[in-house]
Amino acid sequence: MNKFIRLVKNRIEVKLMNENQYNKLAEDLKPKVSYFKNAVLAFLFGGCIGLFGQILVRIYMNVLHLTEKEAGTPMIVTMILIACILTGLGIFDKIAKYAGAGTFVPITGFANALTSAALESKSEGIVLGVASNMFKLGGAVITFGVVAAYVMGVIRYVFFG
Amino acid sequence: MSSSASQKNATLTFQNVYIESTGTFVGPIEKEGPLGDYFENYSDDLYYGEKTFEKAEREMSKIAIDSCLQKVNRTYDDLDLVVAGDLLNQLTASNFVAKDLNTPFIGVYGACSTACLSMLNAATYVEHTSFKRVLAYTSSHNATAERQYRYPLEYGIQKKDMTTYTATGCGSILLSNQVSNVRIAHATIGKVIDLNQKDANDMGRAMVPCAYDTLHQHLNDLQRTVNDYDLIVTGDLSTYGKEILKELFKADGINLDNYDDCGCMLFDIANQEVFQGGSGCACSALVSYGYLYPLLQQKKLHRILILATGALLSPTSTQQKESIPCISHAISMEVV
Repeated sequence: MNKFIRLVKNRIEVKLMNENQYNKLAEDLKPKVSYFKNAVLAFLFGGCIGLFGQILVRIYMNVLHLTEKEAGTPMIVTMILIACILTGLGIFDKIAKYAGAGTFVPITGFANALTSAALESKSEGIVLGVASNMFKLGGAVITFGVVAAYVMGVIRYVFFG
Repeated sequence: MSSSASQKNATLTFQNVYIESTGTFVGPIEKEGPLGDYFENYSDDLYYGEKTFEKAEREMSKIAIDSCLQKVNRTYDDLDLVVAGDLLNQLTASNFVAKDLNTPFIGVYGACSTACLSMLNAATYVEHTSFKRVLAYTSSHNATAERQYRYPLEYGIQKKDMTTYTATGCGSILLSNQVSNVRIAHATIGKVIDLNQKDANDMGRAMVPCAYDTLHQHLNDLQRTVNDYDLIVTGDLSTYGKEILKELFKADGINLDNYDDCGCMLFDIANQEVFQGGSGCACSALVSYGYLYPLLQQKKLHRILILATGALLSPTSTQQKESIPCISHAISMEVV
């Protein structure tokens, strides 16, 4: 609770302004955020990335004569490569500004998190900069991924053999 | 709790503090902004030919200082004291510049309120001590601030709508007791105010209460009204924060018609990608030293009040879910 002086007709009147009053006023004045537009754009961009991935899978299947399952891995590697190059060229964040979750959720988002952190840290050198900061943003994904994989693996082993 | 704390006088009055000169340096987006032509030095990119963003920020500060001194044919030897601050940990931007100045130096940290904090310290030294020619400078750099407070530059994330864009640039001001045509008349030292706002992506909203408090404090201490000023500016409240502040004053029966926000003046909000406006130490420094001071010199404005606002958060305090304490210091400049 903070106190504010309010000058009312040259007379000092001390009024209390509390958090709730302030939050109410601030919420009333808040500009509208376009969640719908964000969701639609994320859906479209994310969908396009998915479609592009599927096209890559088809190409790898036809050209390299892989099965659909085998073609998945080179497709992911290609997507990561493209995301990294676009990050390095400074294009990825410009697309992501509009795409939001559309570029963030697929593997492209993870690739961008690693590359952008590595790029940013190159001024601190290879070891203390790039190598140690590369996983600053993506580290949580890896940690939770490993933990989740371990837990699910145990559950599967115990209950389903 | 007693209410006496708010009724303490928090305003200093200066009789003999004059502005001798100012110097500015801006980054590319600030140069393209509506006030671009008022800034004498600029860079086309954020690196400014340096290897790191941090070095670029220092170079920008050096040029802003040199151009401030050159305008009045001064050198570092003429300076009695330097007061400066910036946004970076350990004030590295300011400290690394100060090592070349060969002058007694005081580093100050007030987040984005540093422009007024350094100015009010400088003015106090000029008025009350034997340091009679004091330089104050402050800088911020979009890339160095982003990497310290937010995310890597190339990180593909959709910024929150209420966020602001840290301005790149440096403003420096030379104060002395030699009569010139613009003087620093008053300074109101702000209190740290925390209304339990926790969204680090909406610092405008967090900082409004401190600007509100300091403005009332200033008017009350001097028994003035907002109409005694040709222009009142806040540092970086964003378009959203600006509306909240106006609304708070409206509730007190005061219309803030002669009011604007430096972060909103520095950029073309509708056409430049700065979200809700500019922020950072440089915002209030650039607008007041580069744009408002010449207007005072030309007597197009006669008395202005600058309320630089600072959010005193750190990345650690944000991660620990702490609220954002804020502070606002005020400086009034007037034509002699």
